[in-house]
Amino acid sequence: MHSPELLLRMYRKMVLLRKFEERAGQAYGLKKIQGFCHLYIGQEAVAVGTHEALRPDDYMLTGYRDHAHPLARGADPGMLMAELFGKATGYSKGKGGSMHLFDIEHHFYGGYGIVGGQIPLAAGMAFASRYRNEDRVTVCFFGDAAANQGAFHETLNMAAKWKLPVIYVCENNRYGMGTDIRRVSAEPEIAKRAIGYNMRGESVDGMDVLKVFELVKECAIDCRKGRGPVLIEAHTYRFRGHSMSDAATYRSKEEVEEERKSDPIPKLRDEIVLRKIADDAKLDAIDAEVKKECEEAVAFAEASFEPGLEELQHDTWVAPGEADQRPRERVRGVKVEWPSYPSGDQLKVSWELEPKAGHLSVVKEGAKR
Amino acid sequence: MSELSYRDALNQALNEEMSRDANVFLMGEEVARYNGAYKVSQGLLDKFGSARVVDAPISELGFAGLGVGAAMVGLRPVIEMMTWNFAILAMDQIVNNAAKLRHMSGGQLRCPIVFRGPGGAGGRLSSQHSQALEAHYVHCPGLKVVAPATPADAKGLLKSAIRDDNPIVFIEGELLYGVKGDVPDGEHLVPIGKADIKRPGDQVTIITWSRMLLWYVNEAAQKLADQGISAEVLDLRTLRPLDEEAILTSVRKTNRVVIVEEGWPLASVGATLTDLIQREAFDDLDAPVQRVTGLDINMSYAANLEAATQPSVERIIAAVNQVLYR
Repeated sequence: MHSPELLLRMYRKMVLLRKFEERAGQAYGLKKIQGFCHLYIGQEAVAVGTHEALRPDDYMLTGYRDHAHPLARGADPGMLMAELFGKATGYSKGKGGSMHLFDIEHHFYGGYGIVGGQIPLAAGMAFASRYRNEDRVTVCFFGDAAANQGAFHETLNMAAKWKLPVIYVCENNRYGMGTDIRRVSAEPEIAKRAIGYNMRGESVDGMDVLKVFELVKECAIDCRKGRGPVLIEAHTYRFRGHSMSDAATYRSKEEVEEERKSDPIPKLRDEIVLRKIADDAKLDAIDAEVKKECEEAVAFAEASFEPGLEELQHDTWVAPGEADQRPRERVRGVKVEWPSYPSGDQLKVSWELEPKAGHLSVVKEGAKR
Repeated sequence: MSELSYRDALNQALNEEMSRDANVFLMGEEVARYNGAYKVSQGLLDKFGSARVVDAPISELGFAGLGVGAAMVGLRPVIEMMTWNFAILAMDQIVNNAAKLRHMSGGQLRCPIVFRGPGGAGGRLSSQHSQALEAHYVHCPGLKVVAPATPADAKGLLKSAIRDDNPIVFIEGELLYGVKGDVPDGEHLVPIGKADIKRPGDQVTIITWSRMLLWYVNEAAQKLADQGISAEVLDLRTLRPLDEEAILTSVRKTNRVVIVEEGWPLASVGATLTDLIQREAFDDLDAPVQRVTGLDINMSYAANLEAATQPSVERIIAAVNQVLYR
């Protein structure tokens, strides 16, 4: 049985993701946020269920629908909103915007704008963990359409062959922009593709936060034990368009209405009430608290300044001796923990990626192409 | 000093840096058990093991990106591209990720990675295997681009590249691997971003890099010297960031410039140099800048067509004569 604390934490986080993005959508309507802005509304169970199943020091990264994941990890909502507003107090000083959120303090390694471009990066981060003999797991999210990119196939092959501790979570929301994934996929069940790479493939109801949580938790144990990567297909649905400029004419209103019945937030709320963990009044109070938090985030973003033009001189190259930027230290003035790595003379690499001997004997002349 | 081939100089650089820093690993096609398609990684698997010298599948996009991910969390990958022609498949990871991580993260991340391998014509390989593509990468902010011509520079620059905290595109000359030259003994580092006068002179500056120096420019300069013309040969070594000071100092001394590059003429490194020189040293020029480039066509297999597509000693001398109004 899941603890009351866990359920309430998940509920609060899902509401935070939802309300934060509703606010972001409103701000977009007011042209406070511009450019591309992809909302995650409807998919919250995937990010929250996954995050809660991980350790805080596990690595996470995703594509450009990326507001939710750093929020789930514990990023500062005001600073995230400020980044969407293009302000100096944003996580990337307004240089990244909606599609490129990074919160390294919370081990969120970014939102990436090229479909599937983050998939090889995750394998590299997992490679580094394996190389340093850490039991850390990397979780990489991507959409259904990314599963048709070459990067997906190239990377799964390497990750499985080298047993890298990485969990690939496909957030299958059924549409790659306006194209139904079934229209462009010979095999639309993405989890099945794991078979081709001799790796574990799992499918889960991505509208059910507890099911996501259970599956990821179990897969992470496997991964940490060195059993290799996992591909999880989370069946989910975005209630909004692909981006703010998408009228979503490729799907019917009836379909969206039908899917809204599986909204993960009321589902968890019902469970909490049913189990008498909290009553409606208490849950309403959480809603109100989160609403206030999001209003404050917008107010913070509004009140912040645009980055100074001197910022054009920074962050293209790392200058010799230059330290990394720690956003919450810079903006909030708090001391933060920052990842550190062993130096080249401390590190001992004991990993043997391939067996040392006997490798050639299995290759027969006739087997060559 | 020891006489070393360009290949062995690179091998020494990898060996020394991997010995010095366990965060450095080498990944690429055929780098481990085959000891490298061009034998640059000879002996490294035996010394460093299969986690640090990794045979990758033929998935340039995939393993380039894997390297970028490893660099994001503190390792220092050296990713070998069997040739830069194949790295076109990996450009998304090099240009969209490696070059932009520092910027997109607002300074939270760094990407200390070296993408290295041979570029330029390889000899009778036709068009898909005979391209000098440095301009593609020189175009991109966030990358540094290095293209050494000599064994000493190859070693010293590769060591500096591995120690640099930025993504580096390191373009070796496919035909240079067997070339021998003196390499200083002991720790030898060549700074990135510094050009080198390979031959001093005062009547004309010939700017070049990579194989063009040894194949054509040195010989042209010697022939010109025999005719009483003193040419200064400036080897850029690093193409981004450009050593503007070295370029302009030489131009202000000689007042005449010929640029020699293997690549195509449009939107090329030479085109950018010409722009720089006419803007910054217009009053110092006694003649328009001349460029000798690969012809604006794809490379052929036939020996005579292949040779005629590339720069030549004759074309360089003709260009020098033109800027000298001879």
